[in-house]
Amino acid sequence: MTVFLTAITALLSFWRKHPGQLITLLGGLTLATALWSGVQAINAEARASYAEAASALGQDELERLIDPNGPFSQDVYIALRRAGWAVSPVLEGTLTRDSGLIRVFGIDPITAPPAAQTVDLSAAEDLRALLDGRVYGPPELLATLQSSGFERPLVASANLGSNTLLMDIGEAQQLLDQRGLVSYLLLWRTQNTGLPPVNDIAPELSLVGPETRSDVASLTDSFHLNLTAFGLLSFAVGLFIVHSAIGLAFEQRRALFRTLRALGVSARALVLLLSAETLLFAIVAGSLGMVAGYGIAAVLLPDVAATLQGLYGATVEGTLTLRPAWWVGGLFIAVLGAGAAAAQSLWRIWHLPVLAPAQPRAWARASEAALQRQSALALGLLAIAVCVGLLGNGLASGFAMLGLGLIGAALLLPVVLYGLLTVGGRYAKGPVSNWFWADTRQQLPGLSLALMALLLALAANIGVSTMVGSFRLTFTGWLDQRLASEVYVTARSDAEAEALRDWLEPRVDAVLPIWSLNARLAGQPGEVYGVADHATYRDNWPLLAEVPGVWDRIADGTGVLINEQLSYREGLLPGDSILLPGNWDAPIVGVYSDYGNPQPQVMVGLAAFDTRYPETSRLRYALRIDPGRADALMSDLQSEFGLPADTMIDQASIKEISLQIFERTFTVTGALNVLTLSVAAIAILTSLLTLARMRLPQLAPVWALGLTRARLAWLEVLRAALLGALTAIVALPVGLVLAWVLLAVINVDAFGWRLPMHLFPTDWILLGLLAIAAALIAAAWPARWLSTRAPNDLLRIFSNER
Amino acid sequence: MTLRLTDIRKTFPSSEGPVDVLRGVDLTVAAGESVALTGESGSGKSTLLHIAGGLELADAGQIVLGNAQLTDMNDAARAALRRDQIGIVFQQFNLIPSINVADNISFQARLAGQHDAAFCSGLIDKLGLTGLEARFPEQLSGGQQQRVAIGRALAGRPQIVLADEPTGNLDEDTSEAVLEVMHSLVADTGAALLMVTHSERLAARLDRAVHLSHGLISA
Repeated sequence: MTVFLTAITALLSFWRKHPGQLITLLGGLTLATALWSGVQAINAEARASYAEAASALGQDELERLIDPNGPFSQDVYIALRRAGWAVSPVLEGTLTRDSGLIRVFGIDPITAPPAAQTVDLSAAEDLRALLDGRVYGPPELLATLQSSGFERPLVASANLGSNTLLMDIGEAQQLLDQRGLVSYLLLWRTQNTGLPPVNDIAPELSLVGPETRSDVASLTDSFHLNLTAFGLLSFAVGLFIVHSAIGLAFEQRRALFRTLRALGVSARALVLLLSAETLLFAIVAGSLGMVAGYGIAAVLLPDVAATLQGLYGATVEGTLTLRPAWWVGGLFIAVLGAGAAAAQSLWRIWHLPVLAPAQPRAWARASEAALQRQSALALGLLAIAVCVGLLGNGLASGFAMLGLGLIGAALLLPVVLYGLLTVGGRYAKGPVSNWFWADTRQQLPGLSLALMALLLALAANIGVSTMVGSFRLTFTGWLDQRLASEVYVTARSDAEAEALRDWLEPRVDAVLPIWSLNARLAGQPGEVYGVADHATYRDNWPLLAEVPGVWDRIADGTGVLINEQLSYREGLLPGDSILLPGNWDAPIVGVYSDYGNPQPQVMVGLAAFDTRYPETSRLRYALRIDPGRADALMSDLQSEFGLPADTMIDQASIKEISLQIFERTFTVTGALNVLTLSVAAIAILTSLLTLARMRLPQLAPVWALGLTRARLAWLEVLRAALLGALTAIVALPVGLVLAWVLLAVINVDAFGWRLPMHLFPTDWILLGLLAIAAALIAAAWPARWLSTRAPNDLLRIFSNER
Repeated sequence: MTLRLTDIRKTFPSSEGPVDVLRGVDLTVAAGESVALTGESGSGKSTLLHIAGGLELADAGQIVLGNAQLTDMNDAARAALRRDQIGIVFQQFNLIPSINVADNISFQARLAGQHDAAFCSGLIDKLGLTGLEARFPEQLSGGQQQRVAIGRALAGRPQIVLADEPTGNLDEDTSEAVLEVMHSLVADTGAALLMVTHSERLAARLDRAVHLSHGLISA
């Protein structure tokens, strides 16, 4: 025990003498843990919200009867009740408001099983109020609804998830415009005996078990995987700092390790002590990282919630809850990360001969053999990445390809830089220039980890910003095509819709009905739209694949269009067919892009829709009119029919809302991008700071030969800028490959749509300048330290053993 | 406690084939005896010293310190023997840069659980380091640093002190002074001393000198 205590005192005394390095190490690990645990906190919060959604009305406990084709007539419910079945109807749907989507649950409070009674209706007056139109919802949502003029009595209930409203089914049918329809029937746990089989009464219904995972949880899996991948990338970049700091501390303490071994500390004891030291750092930095991660998550969560709402219609609470599993997970990852970063150093200590050379090796000249080994490993990883890309499919293989490719590229960086610096050296003129190139090459081993971190951060930045930029360009163009109509209006009733149509016909160029039906398409909740045969669609609709005469086929009802998501997920192409509600096996005649919509969607001709789904109400219309007259028309509609503001929207507003949702969607990505780049800049700073002290023996002879300290300092800054610029140049192709994988592989698997890749050279130049600036800022401090060294410090190099 | 080295052999690989550095060395250092080990550069003096201290393994031969057979020991046992029985003084001092003079001197004694504050204090005094206890190694001259290293080697009252050219980095006057203090302190503690040196003059001041040439003891 005495050995351990005495030796640990000596080991820890190193950090007391090098507090900056200790801060680097703890800071790196703290950052890595913070970014990772922040992302995990967001994921945990979102998943908890999905679980809460899945448990609304007891779906996670109760069996249900559903029609695989979508909502069905409430007559079926009545028939089952009459036959003696204890069932209760629920209508579930979504309402679109400026603030986002709202989940609406309509229940029959008289027949609802106890597990489904989310609000307390034990008092007769509460029950009566619900039947009379009272709406329950969470307090924040009610406040928003009240301010937007929602005309129903509202009562707050903390039991309901955010953005969820509960009301009587009759009220919901009216609000959701699904009169006479129910989404599913909840089955009481106990039923009378001797009942006729459900199949005899309602053969179209199927029994499904309790729902432990909501549809939205499955849909958003890919988003969370993306977020996790980004968190992992940030964590890996943070670990570069830790690995670098631990590695350098090891190199600096080689002499100490040798002395300890010589004085009687065994290799095993030394490794144990260093492991304990690493564990201690991991726990301290991990705890700090968890606190910082909580802060990051709290800042990012509202944007993530907006993203999930915009992309998937998934509702996530905007506030964070502290979960024990998250704490344990975060500390575990901190310990694991620190262990991984320290593993190589510990292995080397274990195998270090007692009398190993005491000189730090960080400045060792990179041997040809080592570079060759590293190149071989990097090329091997890149080859595996290509194989995975060619042979694998699915999201996991996409991420594997990304991971292998990035690691391979990072490993290749020192080799490429070494080559570039060698070529640069050939053109050097004069002794100082010769020394500069040679010395820069010699520094590569010490700086390569930090430069690799910079490469990863820059490549991620280029890749993600190219992906987002391509998405933005495509999305904007697509919106122009897709939102061709100038005004969109929704009537409040069928009678009003009829009156509207009559009134509008002579006043606008065209009245285009947009009638839709909620349905399950290929097992997923989706929508079937009926569209008119009009030039608006023929000229503008963004078709990705089609058969000849596609619009004629749609118009005569002999074909349907499906969206890209449905096409990709189910492998459906023009020529195939899809089963639609009413057992309509409809031939597919085209595929259209439908960015931002998570759900499957089918478009059918209006006549066919009208014939096959006559029960569906016909309330929504797109209006073609001279854009300059759109405002006046909306104003006339308001005064003529008293239509509330939220039932009409013009093209410009809907585009603005869509673009706002788009921008918020990628706010999180942007924030993580900036954080990752900052971490890489810190990695360079810490490496340069740490190495600056070890540089003295290299610089002292040059100083003695006649270079001033100031000039040496400037050369150090120039060197950092050169390395930053070269790394940025290497990062460009890596980032573009990353963007291609994101657009052509990951996005297709994650969202179901493929986007064309656009290039943004101005962004690259800016990013390159940012990389150079990061390197310059990082080099400024150590350079200043060097320029202010007293001559005595440099002279001591010649008189002391180092 | 006697150190007995029998038929020690050691070969190092090199680009021109294996080099036999030690080719069957026999050497005994009796308790309390001081022995100088001299020889040309590359004659294997330091290698023999390292093998004697269990810092390096011999390819063949027996190393016995008192009753302990080093050859049969694993790394942990050799480390414990060094910690408890052997004091080592290196040419390059090898002080711990992050702790002060007093802590450096008492370090090995603390490792061995044999720390005696009064004894250490006396050593500091005899080494002429009084007043420098709170300084760090980088704040000392070479001669002062080597005195600290000697103090560290002796603070645990070892059975034998192994010194590898302890004055190799020092000027002549400082060398004399350092050797003087080491010699007298080792004698005071009753430990044996095996010292590698190039200097015939310094070697002559010890009880006995042995010369290593071509991997064998020649005198």
